[in-house]
Amino acid sequence: MRPLRNVIYVQTQNAWLHKDNENLVLKVDKETKARVPIHKLQGLVCFGQVTISPYLMAHCAENGITITFLNMFGKYLARVEGPASGNVLLRRTQHITGHNVEKSVAIAQTMLTGKLYNQRYVIRRYLRDHSEKINDEKILIDLQVAEKRLTRCLTQLTDCKTIDTLMGREGEAAQVYFGVFNHLIRQADFEFDSRRRRPPTDPVNALLSFFYTLLTHDCRSALETTGLDPASGFLHQLRSGRPSLALDMAEEFRPMVDRFVLSLINKRQVVSKDFETWPNGSMTLKDEPRKTLLAAWQDRKQDNLFHPWFEETVPIGLLPWLQAQILARFLRGDCDSYVPFLWK
Amino acid sequence: MMILVTYDVSFKTDTGPKRLRRIAKLCLNYGQRVQYSVFEIEVDMAQWTKLKNELIDAIDEEFDSLRFYYLGNNWERRVEHIGAKTVLDLNGLILL
Repeated sequence: MRPLRNVIYVQTQNAWLHKDNENLVLKVDKETKARVPIHKLQGLVCFGQVTISPYLMAHCAENGITITFLNMFGKYLARVEGPASGNVLLRRTQHITGHNVEKSVAIAQTMLTGKLYNQRYVIRRYLRDHSEKINDEKILIDLQVAEKRLTRCLTQLTDCKTIDTLMGREGEAAQVYFGVFNHLIRQADFEFDSRRRRPPTDPVNALLSFFYTLLTHDCRSALETTGLDPASGFLHQLRSGRPSLALDMAEEFRPMVDRFVLSLINKRQVVSKDFETWPNGSMTLKDEPRKTLLAAWQDRKQDNLFHPWFEETVPIGLLPWLQAQILARFLRGDCDSYVPFLWK
Repeated sequence: MMILVTYDVSFKTDTGPKRLRRIAKLCLNYGQRVQYSVFEIEVDMAQWTKLKNELIDAIDEEFDSLRFYYLGNNWERRVEHIGAKTVLDLNGLILL
């Protein structure tokens, strides 16, 4: 069996990567930070300002090591790949699987299971941490009911046989979830009544939309990096220019964004005067606070979480990459099913 | 499989330093330097056969010595590190 080779992620800005005999060497300010034998590697992912020597690049191309360049925020820029590559097979399998209703439903089902499970976790976590501080009896009951209804939606997902019914269940869960979302906000100047997008007209929706976009970018990069086609999804329908698979994959991570947004609001990292309203009624972040929030987002991505499938502690920012890897392995037939990221 | 390679190179002859550098370079190509004359090398059988021959060719058997410790595939629980100079886990997450 071919051993699973490793991927190096380089986030250090102004890093210089070069080849020294059969080693990859990473230098920052002429100081060697790491040295790895190249035969151990499968890929190299560079964020932002990372420079690679042409010799290393050529060597990687010859040895089937993919180099991916992303910008500092993780948006996909380019990939350097040698001639022989299994990607076309992977992509073809992905497209063929997309035609197969049964398999598509199975994948979409797992992804939504991840989403609903993680949504429920947001509520459970709030109940666990704050229930004694909730004075209003009604809020407490609302949250408990929502938690139960989400559990029911979760079990009903398994009975769905078509994408449409899955979408229906998902919509129902979203209604339950966003119906109690306002209870999770503990600052009076932020009010949430329902999810509004295109355009978002209040600060909470503006924040959600903004970070959902970043999340989708991350998922897209992760899929591109893994060699999957981000435009060909299972749950979301195909539409020109739409990154359907990236949107599919983003579903299971949306609740993490929700909780991030909630903590920004509840910890006063963002205040109502950070927003501006446009003539069409849409609301966006002002430039300065957007920068601080982006920094907060980057920080959040450095936080570590335990990934139950890989049995390893990983930074949150890597979760889309890991999920993309699981999906690729499933499509290649290396594992029995796609496993969503379940948060706990 | 993981192999621990250690060596002693004699400087009695003029070519000593040259042999030492050559051996270190060969080991570094495949593995990680954990201490001055100690390398952890994780390779498959084919790579090892090649490297082993190269190593044997590089030394002068009259003065130098090589030792190979075969730690197998479950080597992780057989290795413990204490103190400075921690090494990189080449199979774990490498985020730099």
